[in-house]
Amino acid sequence: MYSRAYKAVVSLPPLLWVCLFLLLPYALMFAHSFWLVRDGSLVHHWNLQNYRALFTNPLYFQVFLRTARIAASVTLFSILLGYPLAYFLSFHAGPRKELLYQLVIVPLWVSYLVRGYAWKTILGSDGVLNGFLQYLHITREPVSFFLYSPFAVVLMLTHIYTPFVFLPIYAALEHIPRPLVEASQDLGADRRATFLRVILPLSIPGLLAGATFAFLLSLGDFLAPLLVGGPSATMIANIVQSLFGAAYDWPLGAAISVCILIITVSLLFTTERLEKRWAFK
Amino acid sequence: MSAGAISTQNATSGGALLEVRRVVKSFGATQVLKCISLQIASGEFLTLLGESGSGKTTLLRLIAGFEQSTSGEIWMRDERLDLLPAYKRRVNTVFQNYALFSHLNVRENVAYGLRVKATPKAEIAGRVEDALRMVKMSNFAGARTTTLSGGQQQRIALARALINRPQLLLLDEPLSALDANLRKQMQSELKALQREIGIAFLFVTHDQDEAMALSDRIALLRNGALEQIASPREIYSRPATAYTAEFIGQTNLLRGDIKNGVVQCGSLRWTTSQASGPVLFSLRPEAIRLADASLQLPDSVRFRGVIRQQIYSGASELLEIDCGQNQILRARIPASDPLTDDHEFVFSAADAVPVTESSAARAQRVANSTQQ
Repeated sequence: MYSRAYKAVVSLPPLLWVCLFLLLPYALMFAHSFWLVRDGSLVHHWNLQNYRALFTNPLYFQVFLRTARIAASVTLFSILLGYPLAYFLSFHAGPRKELLYQLVIVPLWVSYLVRGYAWKTILGSDGVLNGFLQYLHITREPVSFFLYSPFAVVLMLTHIYTPFVFLPIYAALEHIPRPLVEASQDLGADRRATFLRVILPLSIPGLLAGATFAFLLSLGDFLAPLLVGGPSATMIANIVQSLFGAAYDWPLGAAISVCILIITVSLLFTTERLEKRWAFK
Repeated sequence: MSAGAISTQNATSGGALLEVRRVVKSFGATQVLKCISLQIASGEFLTLLGESGSGKTTLLRLIAGFEQSTSGEIWMRDERLDLLPAYKRRVNTVFQNYALFSHLNVRENVAYGLRVKATPKAEIAGRVEDALRMVKMSNFAGARTTTLSGGQQQRIALARALINRPQLLLLDEPLSALDANLRKQMQSELKALQREIGIAFLFVTHDQDEAMALSDRIALLRNGALEQIASPREIYSRPATAYTAEFIGQTNLLRGDIKNGVVQCGSLRWTTSQASGPVLFSLRPEAIRLADASLQLPDSVRFRGVIRQQIYSGASELLEIDCGQNQILRARIPASDPLTDDHEFVFSAADAVPVTESSAARAQRVANSTQQ
């Protein structure tokens, strides 16, 4: 057993950290969302005006819907790329498994910003993609909608978050005892039936974890719309950013942040419960 | 010649259900199965017995379809089994650690084979019920498999395989994870079940007692080759090789020479009709008895020896007898009072079974003699 003093000494630093950098900022944000700005300065007057504005001005709702749509698309495409990749690596890669795994992970070590600028270079009017298409005489003029569109945001975020989706799915697949696959075949199930009836159900916790990563990280992203999105792809975090910056309306920004936080936390709760429901231990 | 004629010609000969023909399996440079041929009759309980690394599990996996043989053929009646994918083979497997689906309950596990074959729902329900009753697990239909004990999981694994009505059931060390008492109980249940449903069992084990208790025939594998295949009685009383004699039960290996119709093994001698030359005999410990005046054995061989050890095991006891000339013999006699000093012992010359070193050693010797 550890002494009381030892426990106190050990738990104090993390406790301080959590209070200072987590609880305090959240409390401040929560408080700000009930204050307001008058004549360019913050007024500590408790009211619900910010939340009323959020729910009455259709602009915020539209941006939020677009954000959710982009996040959902990123999630979908990341799964469509990440799941088959994880499946192939776990079941069919043979001795190249380790190498391929590392290759999937390597992009995670490259800065987010660098990858963003890379996409800008690829998608721009005189970018790599347009140059290539014109070289092949598929297009005559540079195609302008590649860059500065929701499409570009989805593309870039999918590229960035696919490894995040891949990792938990791969871990889940690696944990499936191989005799179960053999048992399924032994009982008359072909590859497809074995996948649908054994492998897929047993990999659902990993799938849910990966989907949660991709969705929530995309939901709060503001750099992708800034770099490759343009005005037609403004996301909710961009609104928050401008409210805290140029627009100088911290209370409204805080109110939006509180809403996002509530959505995020409830989503996390839901997926965690679902993951438990599908984890047969 | 028509295709039909070919398949009849190639069908398993006689009443054999399954025939393994000259099957070789290599992993890289290692040959784990060296030209195995054997047959399983329908309704037969055949055990593949061997140490770990003998290739017994590999042979089972080749028949199930989880591995592909390097060469050779496997036939089931008039069907070339080894060319079919595992899911098309009409054999089912009970896996070593049961391999129950953890995301399905007991009923769903048992129903799995019928579900994937799109069996009508009503039929599935009835057959699942029958299968669970057969293994005495009806009360657990709704249970999660992870909550079951080892023995219970074992029963579910059996029901899940048998519900598909295979002609041949493959069992890969199914009892090895159970504790000793449960294991004995499951052995007798397994044997009773096999008699009742009358399908052939191919059973893999490293436990020779288990093999003796259950099997109609035992195929003893050693380093990927078939050492001997025979009924338990035959393999015990007439082992072909020294390895078989030592692996199945205990034995005394007597090395000696025959000269002019007389066997000389250390201090033991008896007359024989065998030709002269070096010879190796297997003499089971229970064939040796304490000599007394009233005991008359045909061709009895008598010898004296000093008792070095007496190991009591209930109904019988094992004696270690020092016969001089560095020859120690083990005798199993009915439990008696403690014995000391030297005694006279006797065995029947007919119980000394001539054996070869091993099938591999014999082949080697033949090869050497042809070279010379």
